[in-house]
Amino acid sequence: MDSTAQKNKILIRVEDVSFHYGHQTVLSHVSLDMHTGDFLAVIGPNGSGKTTLIKIILGLLEPDQGRVKILGRSLGGFSEWSKLGYVPQNATHVDPFFPVSVKEVVDMGLIKEARSKQAGKEKGMEAISWALKQVDMEDQQNHRIGNLSGGQQQRVFIARAIVNKPVILFLDEPTTGVDAETQDRFYEMLGVLNKKEKMTIVLVTHDIGIVNKHVNRVACLNQKLIYHGDHDEFCRSEAFKSMLEGGHHLVSHRH
Amino acid sequence: MEAFLGYGFLQRALLAGIFIAVACALLGVFLILRRDAMIGHGMAHVTFAGIALGLLLSVVPLYTALAVTVVSVVGIIKIKKKAGLYGDTAIAIFSSAGFALGILFVSLGRSFNVDLFSYLFGDILAIGNEEVWLSVFLALVVIFVIVLNYKKLLFMTFDSESAKAAGIKVNRLDMLVGILTAVTVVLGMKVVGILLVSAMIVLPAAAGLQLAGNFKRAILLSVAVSVVSVLGGLVCSLCLDLPASGTIVFAAFIIFLLFFLIKLRRDRK
Ligand SMILES: Nc1ncnc2c1ncn2[C@@H]1O[C@H](COP(=O)(O)OP(=O)(O)OP(=O)(O)O)[C@@H](O)[C@H]1O
Ligand SMILES: [Mg+2]
Repeated sequence: MDSTAQKNKILIRVEDVSFHYGHQTVLSHVSLDMHTGDFLAVIGPNGSGKTTLIKIILGLLEPDQGRVKILGRSLGGFSEWSKLGYVPQNATHVDPFFPVSVKEVVDMGLIKEARSKQAGKEKGMEAISWALKQVDMEDQQNHRIGNLSGGQQQRVFIARAIVNKPVILFLDEPTTGVDAETQDRFYEMLGVLNKKEKMTIVLVTHDIGIVNKHVNRVACLNQKLIYHGDHDEFCRSEAFKSMLEGGHHLVSHRH
Repeated sequence: MEAFLGYGFLQRALLAGIFIAVACALLGVFLILRRDAMIGHGMAHVTFAGIALGLLLSVVPLYTALAVTVVSVVGIIKIKKKAGLYGDTAIAIFSSAGFALGILFVSLGRSFNVDLFSYLFGDILAIGNEEVWLSVFLALVVIFVIVLNYKKLLFMTFDSESAKAAGIKVNRLDMLVGILTAVTVVLGMKVVGILLVSAMIVLPAAAGLQLAGNFKRAILLSVAVSVVSVLGGLVCSLCLDLPASGTIVFAAFIIFLLFFLIKLRRDRK
């Protein structure tokens, strides 16, 4: 398969993971590896378990079966959470009255073990400015988050997720409610983070168009892992063809 | 004013009052934003059982109140998680059970007397020497713990899922906030009494939240409102010969109203 990926280090290993909500099977025997430098798109119809899989990887849900290893450690023994960035789906369900500024929201991402206080503060300000610049929100840093539009809020949450310069960035449908032009610039930005900052990116999306532009790996999920591998290969695969021809529902018939 | 300060009882009241005011306001901001404003009210009812138990057993009621309240808050949080109850339902169950138990203790101990009333309606001006130091110490602990965990508490209050993903032990902090609330309710009771203690937690924070554009300012403003209410309330109550608890809480309410009106005007512009 992909020779560069073979050489690269495995950052995340999902091994035979299954998950149920009551009697409903959400994930069944999913296994996949993610390597340094991957820009992985996770696609699949609504309710196919994409968010569930991300939450299991992040330790927010316990799998009923199987294991997850991050950076070589099992979830139980993992503690370097600052190396992971996460933008949850529907991050923009913000309480409009919560008195918190853009800067303070991004600052939340800087929670870490104690460093020297003063140096930490200066570094922190620098990191916040850098993150806000990436998402084009520097000018609004003192605005109250509740006064921003949904798309602007989404960008702030992305800034919070990258402020630590995480090794792996998880984004769960981050461009819901973001206008087309901003979306383009946003994916451009993810491309830069992926190439220049060597950030590994896991992106849950319904937007097949974007998959073509920046992504180099694809995981197609519907309870089971239907396809996982190289992006170019994916475009030639049956899974992709059926998706293009029949839309998502063809894939969802394979329950 | 200087003449007043010569009185030991006033010095003690001011000292304890200011520290407790700061603790109440700090905690109040987090509780309101977590939609947990009523927990103070619920815990106050449980405190009643603790006080009545102390009077029944002739133990210093502050100690029994602390014990009973802390145990109940742990119970509320556990039940909420395990039984999948809504937060306000769990609070309603514990507060009514607590109050019922309190009534039973009171009648068993035949303690319907001045002592009990000073706990119901508050009597900060009668606070004793030992109680002052205990109150100041506990208030300092509450303040210290909140300041130390400030960023984590803010993160999980704003967005608990992401906070969890960032490695914050959200369940542990939930429990911590609960225990701090229990301690603060018992402290606030010393100032304004069981019946008004939730006001000490909710009013200054609600006032601060009206006008603040960021979180730091919300915290500072709430603390300021709380301290001013206690100071102003105490002085007014002495000058006008009114009960301290009612005056303090009413002062806080007036400030809340003022801030609310300022906000209305500002929003209209
Ligand atoms: N809290 C929950 N309780 C019970 N069932 C749930 C819960 N959350 C999700 N599910 C079920 O799990 C399945 C997978 O949900 P998940 O959120 O992972 O889907 P998804 O692929 O992210 O979908 P979408 O594209 O709509 O975001 C769904 O069928 C849903 O009904
Ligand atoms: Mg989802």
